[in-house]
Amino acid sequence: MMQHRLAAGATIALFLAACNQQKPASPQEGRPSPASQQATEKLMEQLVTAKPGDVIAIPAGLYSFDRSLSLATPGVTLRGEGMDKTILSFKGQIAGAEGLLVTGGNFLIEDLAIEDSKGDALKVNGVENVIIRRVRAEWTNGPDTKNGAYGIYPVQTRNVLIDGAVAIGASDAGIYVGQSVDIVVRNSRAEYNVAGIEIENSVNADVHDNVATNNSGGILIFNMPNLPQAGHSTRVFHNRVNHNNTDNFAAKGTVVATVPTGSGVIVNSNDLVEIFDNDIGNNRTANVIVSSYFSTGYMTKEGVAKTFDPWAQGIHVHGNRFQGGGDKPGTTELLALKTLKFGLDGRLPDILWDGFVNPSPPPGTPPALCVDNAPAEVLNADGPNRFRNPKISAIHGCTLPRLPAVTLDLSWAEGAGR
Amino acid sequence: MRWLAALALLLLAACSPPGGVTFHAEDDPEDLADWGVLRVEGGKLRLADGSLPYELATPLFTDHASKLRTIWMPDGQQARYHPAQALDFPVGTIISKSFYYPTDAEGRALPADGPARLEDGALDLTRVRLIETRLLVHREQGWVALPYVWNAEGTRAKLQRIGGIAKVRLAGRGDEFTYVIPNATQCGACHVPDAASRKLQPIGPTARGLGIPSPFAPGHPDQLRWLAQAGRLAGLPETPAPASAVWTDTARPLEARARAYLDVNCGHCHNPAGPARTSGLHLDAATSDRRELGFCKPPVAAGQGTGDRTFAIVPGHPDQSILVYRMESVAPGEMMPEIGRSTSHAEGTALVSAWIRALEGACEVKSTN
Repeated sequence: MMQHRLAAGATIALFLAACNQQKPASPQEGRPSPASQQATEKLMEQLVTAKPGDVIAIPAGLYSFDRSLSLATPGVTLRGEGMDKTILSFKGQIAGAEGLLVTGGNFLIEDLAIEDSKGDALKVNGVENVIIRRVRAEWTNGPDTKNGAYGIYPVQTRNVLIDGAVAIGASDAGIYVGQSVDIVVRNSRAEYNVAGIEIENSVNADVHDNVATNNSGGILIFNMPNLPQAGHSTRVFHNRVNHNNTDNFAAKGTVVATVPTGSGVIVNSNDLVEIFDNDIGNNRTANVIVSSYFSTGYMTKEGVAKTFDPWAQGIHVHGNRFQGGGDKPGTTELLALKTLKFGLDGRLPDILWDGFVNPSPPPGTPPALCVDNAPAEVLNADGPNRFRNPKISAIHGCTLPRLPAVTLDLSWAEGAGR
Repeated sequence: MRWLAALALLLLAACSPPGGVTFHAEDDPEDLADWGVLRVEGGKLRLADGSLPYELATPLFTDHASKLRTIWMPDGQQARYHPAQALDFPVGTIISKSFYYPTDAEGRALPADGPARLEDGALDLTRVRLIETRLLVHREQGWVALPYVWNAEGTRAKLQRIGGIAKVRLAGRGDEFTYVIPNATQCGACHVPDAASRKLQPIGPTARGLGIPSPFAPGHPDQLRWLAQAGRLAGLPETPAPASAVWTDTARPLEARARAYLDVNCGHCHNPAGPARTSGLHLDAATSDRRELGFCKPPVAAGQGTGDRTFAIVPGHPDQSILVYRMESVAPGEMMPEIGRSTSHAEGTALVSAWIRALEGACEVKSTN
């Protein structure tokens, strides 16, 4: 375990040296001293009795909880002294599906860490106005199927900023924004998760200036069926999405279990996604994958709402810097495809498309995929014909309108020590 | 009218007779005894005058604990009938739910899922181990949930907002386990069935939950009519909404019993407005769409809770259904419900499994358009 941490630390250090990124959590640094039982219970009491406008300052220390924490009061700020100094540990957790569950809006959390929760680390459900900054969610034992599913998990939220966060070791997605509207995820790091950063069934999201590395898949833009909102309009730009080659350790049955190890950016069933100005490299299945719900293996007649749109449409890839990757695809089918088509020493092209399109598209449906990213090529895997005739596809030289930037309203967080 | 009610409450607070009930409109007393709805007296737990014990057709599973439920309403006030949600109780209402285990001659706790056993309207404390009493209190500004935890002697219960734990070993039910007492906020995990309004409210005493004969007041067709006859329920229609099946009543169809069990144990979160609406899986009594009930439905955010299974319900195959896996699991990151139990309910899981086994159909995966 220690070895893993050191190895991870060394990798991070190397990576940092190479990219000159802001200094993240460093595992080598000393851990804070354990907080007293009294201080731990005081924090539990503060959360339960919080009043709107409260600023709950959590001094440095390692706080250990055996049950989940929850906050239902709106307008509360939780503030630690740093993501390596104020640590909420759930290593000994016996009850509760999260580390911290928040159901009060106008919520700001910053400068602390949530470690080793049995389920999700931080879940924020059904609220407006959320800022999560400089928060680390980590499973300290490294990748493990029994780790909690999501690190930082706002769901059915609106007007959400995730800034400078760190997510490590989630058995599903490190940073996962689900069924939300108006989202910015920036300056964050996701590593050693199954999915680094996932935007799912969400509308208007900007994902930029993040680092997603050593996950099974770096950045995912997905739509799932049977949910009240279909996602569209996400911009993924100026991120570094490298070396996402950690063996997929998700529980079977989860949608991310279908992510081939070695995936950079994946779009599944989502519409209007703009992927540009990223550094994407050395993801051994493919640097970018565009796919439909048919490719997940979860499409059933009875279990998927008829209104669900399973196709990826309006995916716009331009101006990215690709490097390496595609040389060791993470599924037997894709590995066979690579070997047959490109040889033992060959590689899949940077962009892999499963080839599914709506056979009767309603008027106004955009093309599936437009690529302006020479010299990157697109491989159409010919999914609709059971991958019989995969070929380099030249039909993607179309253009799509640029998506507008997401504008968040952060005025609610002004004043009151925020 | 509002100020009248407020005045009435003030008067109540000021003039409560000794041994009677005190409605605390503002403060949260540290001691359960200060409410007066339950009192320990001569080795018995007694109900205050006017405190009405009730039972539900199918209850929530809580580690085989027995539950004593009471409703107290201010003098002369009535609840109003509602066909689907909990009855509409007046401001000033105090609902209590006490969790306890009967004990045998050696003092060992016994599993007891059935209704509370009262003798002369009281619980004999020499034969029970009291764990906790949860109050739902209806104040002017809304309902408030307060968790009280009993001391080891069962003589006094103190307000413990952060919840707590109790070690329990049930005779004939395996190893000791840690019974977890939810904190005050977690009460909302079940008692806020509408995630948009965020209003705390009672969830048990619905027409379908109360529509069974009272084990405490024989001679009435059901508890709704009993309340109405006692003048404590207004607006009861001639034909009230049908009662849920009693989940153990094998005379009722399997589906009705399984759905009643899922309604009570899952439906407070898993409904189109509840906290688990984000999963697209709705298990409340009002849902009839098979896909929303989970038939061949892939999970949304189950994480390791899938148990490596692909669909919530695979007709004919409980052992392939995520729903059953999560009912069986006791891992905090996998189990359902997420809180409120530390052990799994073998009998409840068997009922739901039997229902799934009897279902027709199959989940055929389509891998092309």
